[in-house]
Amino acid sequence: MKETILLTKHMRDNPEDSHLIDSYEKNNGYSTAKKTILESSPEKILEEIKASNIRGRGGAGFPTGVKWGFLAEDEDRYLVINADESEPGTFKDRILLERDPHQLIEGIIITCFSANIKEAFIYIRGEYAKPARRVQQAVEQAYQKGYLGKNIFGSEINLDIVVHLGAGAYICGEETALLNSLEGRRGEPRLKPPYFPAVKGLYMKPTLVNNVETISSVPWIIENGGEEYNKLGVEGSTGTRIFSLSGHVNNPGNYEIEMGSSFGEFVETLGGGIRNNKKVKAYIPGGASAPWFRGDQLDIKMTIDDVANNNSMLGSGAVVMMDEDTNLVSAAKSIVSFFAHESCGQCTPCREGTTWLEMILDRIASGRGRTSDMNLLLDVCDNISPGLSWPPKMTTICPLGPSAVSPITSLMNDFRDEVESLIPTKVLL
Amino acid sequence: MSWDDKLLKQAKKIIKLYPQKRSALGPLLHLAQSKDGYISDDSISVISELVGITEVQVKSVSTFYSMYKQEPTGKYLLSVCKSISCEINNSSEVINKVQEFTGLNNNETDEEELFTFEAVECIGACGGAPALQVNYETVEGVTPENAINLCKWLKEIKPDVVVADEMQENFGGIKSFDWAIQDNSGATSTAPGFQTLKTTKVKK
Repeated sequence: MKETILLTKHMRDNPEDSHLIDSYEKNNGYSTAKKTILESSPEKILEEIKASNIRGRGGAGFPTGVKWGFLAEDEDRYLVINADESEPGTFKDRILLERDPHQLIEGIIITCFSANIKEAFIYIRGEYAKPARRVQQAVEQAYQKGYLGKNIFGSEINLDIVVHLGAGAYICGEETALLNSLEGRRGEPRLKPPYFPAVKGLYMKPTLVNNVETISSVPWIIENGGEEYNKLGVEGSTGTRIFSLSGHVNNPGNYEIEMGSSFGEFVETLGGGIRNNKKVKAYIPGGASAPWFRGDQLDIKMTIDDVANNNSMLGSGAVVMMDEDTNLVSAAKSIVSFFAHESCGQCTPCREGTTWLEMILDRIASGRGRTSDMNLLLDVCDNISPGLSWPPKMTTICPLGPSAVSPITSLMNDFRDEVESLIPTKVLL
Repeated sequence: MSWDDKLLKQAKKIIKLYPQKRSALGPLLHLAQSKDGYISDDSISVISELVGITEVQVKSVSTFYSMYKQEPTGKYLLSVCKSISCEINNSSEVINKVQEFTGLNNNETDEEELFTFEAVECIGACGGAPALQVNYETVEGVTPENAINLCKWLKEIKPDVVVADEMQENFGGIKSFDWAIQDNSGATSTAPGFQTLKTTKVKK
């Protein structure tokens, strides 16, 4: 198994200065944006994006062309780049921001041209200080060259980009929470409807919200054509995708691959296998929100649809391997604690539920569990996500609450013995 | 108002970047954090006036986000990750050692105001687990021993600018990916070391 290098090409070819505009331009950078602005039309660009069949790389996997097609007419429209990457296990946008910020900016220019947008925001999570500096520097360089600002590339078109720093809230990765945050409010997801920011988004104006990796793919798609992109990968999961591999593997890292191989092959070849030749006990296929797979399910294919058909999700493309020695109760507790900490507090089932799940798991993990805790855990989960099915039903505004349910149903379905073994059989009254 | 002219000038520049004033609230809170090491009542009142919203609205936003500190922080904010990839790669031991060395519980600051310690959720360094940040500058592949060495070094040298690459070279290990680029930029406060202020808007 080999990587297919599109998005990470420039940073690999020019490791020392890939973040600088001169290096980017020497390697044909901005030529696609220039050609687009001077020779193409918004409709043509949208056609190419639709033909590429690219689906959003943030987690939900929504077809990008369809999203762009929704964008309502209005004098003021905005593009917001979601660089609030904080799903545990995920660090793919970080490399794109740090090492190839101009590719993102070129993608923004083309996107804004296609959607007739004059103002874009890059919302970067606050903890990404260094990536934010790189992006800021790149934006300034692009302004100096006249690729941003007034009359870009000598055309009639104006475009401004503002780099905006978040302040430590995972929930702002949810697009309506992000928009609230960008408006200077608490990062609380908005009640739906309106369902789509493309109709009512930032300041209630039509807004495209796209992930860093999605927009970084745009220059390649436009340069080489949507059809070419569509040939890569498999139907329903076209193109390449950057997977973040972590956990007990020999070679953790970001790998750009065409979707379609199995998780097992991915880990054995690019990941260099599991450390100390251990076996996989369980793994997370798509970030902390995703239900786990067992070690005997490594032949599942890494496509959006294959993973969904096996009742999980490819999500943000974060694969976390847990070897045979992993204490899965502690692992689940870590994930549940994460969601308890990051719950915005609007919806009772999530705010209270995630906190109780954390406390119950904590007492089980520390050997103070009760036999009734097993059912209690599932009962609390059922209040957050009725029926405990996949995809989850919700009693909450956004999917954060149900995400905390994922590790618990995984434990209960596949590793119940391990949980039970931690509960003392005789309790002194 | 008790922000000096220089700070107010920066604030006004930030406000100009946005179609609506209130959008500048987040960046202005970062600015306040960089000034005092926390969001003081004084800053809240200044910001409320600058943005044109009530003080309680500013406070409501500033308490929502974990990077806006409600109490003074030390010179160095030590944030050790405890999320899943770090958790299964022994981050609890790194946390223990840092706490032992600094004598701090979660979210505490020492008397000399040198260190503030916090165990945090995912910082996007999962391939380099376990990882930590000093004033939001990331160090990856940190062993418990090296975490202590890093704290000792900070205590002894007391660098004014915290540089990720320097710390990584001396105290880090496995990385999420090749950092490749030589970078001497860093942080000077417990607000992220980042200038939101240079963007020159051509439009409007």
